[in-house]
Amino acid sequence: MKSIKLLAILFISAITFTSCSDDDNPMEELEEEVITTMKITLTPDGGGTAVTIESKDLDGDGPNAPVITPGTLTANTTYNASITLSNETESPAEDITAEIRQEDEDHQFFYQTTGINATTAYAGSNDADGNPVGLSFTLTTTDASTGSLIVTLRHEPNKSATGVKEGSITNAGGETDIAVTFPITIQ
Amino acid sequence: MKSRNLFLIFLLSFYTSTVISQNCNYTFSGIVEDFHDKSPIVNATVYIKSINKYTTTDVEGKFIIPNICSGKITIEISHLACDTKTLHLDFNKDIYKVIDLEHHIEELNEISIKGASGKKTKTSQETVLKTNTLENFSDANLGDALKEVSGVSSINTGNSIVKPVINGLHSSRVLTSINGVRLQDQDWGIEHAPNVDINAAGSISIIKGANALEYGGDAIGGVIVLNPSKIIKKDTLFGKTIVSQQNNGRLFSVNTSLNKNFKKGWFVNAQTSFKRSGDFKTPDYQLTNTGIKSFGATFNSGFKSFEKGFEVYYSYLTNELGILRASHIGTNGDLVRAINSSEPLVIEDFSYTINNPKQDVTHQVFKTELYKRLKGLGKFSFQYDFQHNKRLEFDIRRGNRGAAADLTLKTHVVSANMKFDANRKRIYKIGISGGYQNNFPDLTGVRRLIPDYDKYNLGVYSIFEFVFFDDDLIFNAGTRYDFSHINAKKFYQKSRWNSLNYDQDFSNIIIDETGSQFLANPKFNYHNVSASAGISYKLNSENSLLLNYGLSNRAPNPSELFSDGLHHSASRIELGNLRIQPETSHRISGSYKYDTSKFKVSLETFFNRINDFIYLEPIDVETTLRGAFVVWDYKQVNATILGIDTDLTYNFNENIRFLNKSSLLKGRDITNNRPLIDMAPFKTVNTILFQKQNWNNFYASLKSEYTSRQNEYPDNNFTAFIPETQTNELVDISTPPNSYHLLHFTSGFDFNMSKTKIGIHFSVNNLLNTKYRDYLNRLRYFTDELGRNFKIQIKINY
Repeated sequence: MKSIKLLAILFISAITFTSCSDDDNPMEELEEEVITTMKITLTPDGGGTAVTIESKDLDGDGPNAPVITPGTLTANTTYNASITLSNETESPAEDITAEIRQEDEDHQFFYQTTGINATTAYAGSNDADGNPVGLSFTLTTTDASTGSLIVTLRHEPNKSATGVKEGSITNAGGETDIAVTFPITIQ
Repeated sequence: MKSRNLFLIFLLSFYTSTVISQNCNYTFSGIVEDFHDKSPIVNATVYIKSINKYTTTDVEGKFIIPNICSGKITIEISHLACDTKTLHLDFNKDIYKVIDLEHHIEELNEISIKGASGKKTKTSQETVLKTNTLENFSDANLGDALKEVSGVSSINTGNSIVKPVINGLHSSRVLTSINGVRLQDQDWGIEHAPNVDINAAGSISIIKGANALEYGGDAIGGVIVLNPSKIIKKDTLFGKTIVSQQNNGRLFSVNTSLNKNFKKGWFVNAQTSFKRSGDFKTPDYQLTNTGIKSFGATFNSGFKSFEKGFEVYYSYLTNELGILRASHIGTNGDLVRAINSSEPLVIEDFSYTINNPKQDVTHQVFKTELYKRLKGLGKFSFQYDFQHNKRLEFDIRRGNRGAAADLTLKTHVVSANMKFDANRKRIYKIGISGGYQNNFPDLTGVRRLIPDYDKYNLGVYSIFEFVFFDDDLIFNAGTRYDFSHINAKKFYQKSRWNSLNYDQDFSNIIIDETGSQFLANPKFNYHNVSASAGISYKLNSENSLLLNYGLSNRAPNPSELFSDGLHHSASRIELGNLRIQPETSHRISGSYKYDTSKFKVSLETFFNRINDFIYLEPIDVETTLRGAFVVWDYKQVNATILGIDTDLTYNFNENIRFLNKSSLLKGRDITNNRPLIDMAPFKTVNTILFQKQNWNNFYASLKSEYTSRQNEYPDNNFTAFIPETQTNELVDISTPPNSYHLLHFTSGFDFNMSKTKIGIHFSVNNLLNTKYRDYLNRLRYFTDELGRNFKIQIKINY
């Protein structure tokens, strides 16, 4: 029976030994890659007041829906548009636009319109393969109308598929990083 | 004299004729196996005293004695390392017996010839997979091998992440024990396969239900016990190497083990395995990024004798598993495109390269055990084990960022057991175990799904086993109590915290606050009681019955409590819930076995009622900048699962055998009156096997596997607005795929080269290159299952 006692002591001491733990709090972790904010600045060609439309979701994948700022554009005008992306969960906010520019071969924006009389076209510099990235584009309005502008960012799209270079999303493939619908009024 | 001779001749002929009417055409055949791991015992002597006839068992432990006359006969079975056992058999037909010899001399009952032997439990629905079955899976994984047991299926993420499902339950509801160590490897996730090298096991016991209380009280689904190879007490050195090559995935695998034993009881075993494959293939296309790189090694050494012994064991296993590239998606729109496309959206040429997304998991187990026999009392054993699980999950990320999840789980367990077996007919077992577990998620730039936590466990159990009527009736009952305490520290987004109404119920556990997040410190205690009672009764040599009841309680796992984030392969947000309480299962099961040399049947049925069954279901849709996601939340419902598993073998003659395994399962959510998700559909497997021993153990078999369509499933389909197309689309995530039928062929033979035995095996899986999808594969939305696969395997025993 002595051996039982000995082992019981060993057992209890082993539990006690393993029970120690540290009380340090874990480090806060912020989503590095999350895109909380997409801001599109539309400047009329030849000057004038710029229109800014924005989608902002400060809790990222959290329960709150994005807050969308719609835009009102002037009829029969060409706008030079540029997109900036940022992660505002970090302070100061992190500029994601630069990250996209760095990996421009792996990213492409697509613009679609519904209900509004407007056309879009890629502008600005292409990626190293000569394919569009779409951080800059032009938007040309005609008659007054209301509808929306849908902006999609695809990661690792197939840029050589039919129509993709011209801005058609149909054959683009890849994963969706951003898909936002902006309400637009042309007057 | 003449008349006397005539009379004698008459008498003699009369005597002869009585002998003929006595019938001496009966055969006594069988197999002599090791009590523990069911491995064959070679060269055991089977001796019939009354007629002075004897034979010895062959390399497979088999023996056959023909021309036995009817009547009572005494048979002695003996082997060098074991005590002689005497059997009294009454021959009025052919008799086939499985005879288990106790090869280790540590047990009191040296030989058992009862059906329950070789098993871990005596009154549970238990099946043992032996070494020769496991060897066929040397290049596969645990989940694939366990599907050899009817009623066991698997839930897969692709073809390399395979989780065993026992009677419809999996993950934390199935307990895995390796060489006496309860596996602690973050088993909560469906995409977390058990970190087990099947090559390190000598045999595997699958126990359905929670009746093996010494392993744990929370195994509502069942227990998988991996036993190491047996230790022989004699001076010997032996080894085994298995090499296999497959054409699908160009998979190559090699496994080697070496064992050195000494007569006095010392032993050293070492084993190592390596596996590598590139992209697998369906009948029509490559599965891009599905390669595997795996390496494992185990080492154990120690001393074993009847009175005392000890063992030191260490195992290392690392698995790098590619995850189908096309299964990484961003949004519902991507999911709709994937479901509507007949092929994966990314298909590239064959490659061995494993890119992101992938998993890289390393699991280490260290164990030390010692035991001592106390005279007239029983056996006392003490064990300490330590496990280290490192899990890295790589997603497709911007800016070449590293792993998206980096988790280190460390577990220490000490346990002590006492088995009072001085009276073999009244065995008592008591045990206590205590454990400490720490999970540490490292910073990755992605919010942690599973937080930092410390967990303490204490378990005590007691089991008794009473044997009546010369082992024909066994009664077994036990009870167990487990206490667990979890102390976690987790950051919650403030918006999430409030949307879950934690601000009302849990505001007292907030210990810190940053700009957008709360740091909460949930501390929970769980008290769980489990119990088991079973009875097995052998009506006669052919028929036996088994009945048992199991009560078990399972505390929620960290994933059910804390999970919080987006799953890319499912395109959904999964949320744990701090309010989750333990679930309780009442399982009643019954088995009937009919066993003759010609025909064997096993029928196993069960009914499992689970109260507060922890269950993930869709509750809401949330919008982010990427688009809308369905939110899945852990809920608790009352559920029932019932099923029947059958197993039958018919021997047409010595050479031709027919086997059938079928299982039917029904699961219902009673609270919402609808079917449970992920229940395996009806499956039946028919095999026709030809084998001929004197053709170098040649065998060939054709296996037909039919899986029906699951028609009972919960409808979790939803309609999503897809911004790119400005349309509302039905996202069909529920409809199960169609039924399918597969054919598999295997063949092989073996031969001896001096002291080396070489076995060559050839097989073709999915012979007809059938295109199919499986309901229990999480990647079924994206791709078909594997196409035809040729495999050649060489086994060398030396």
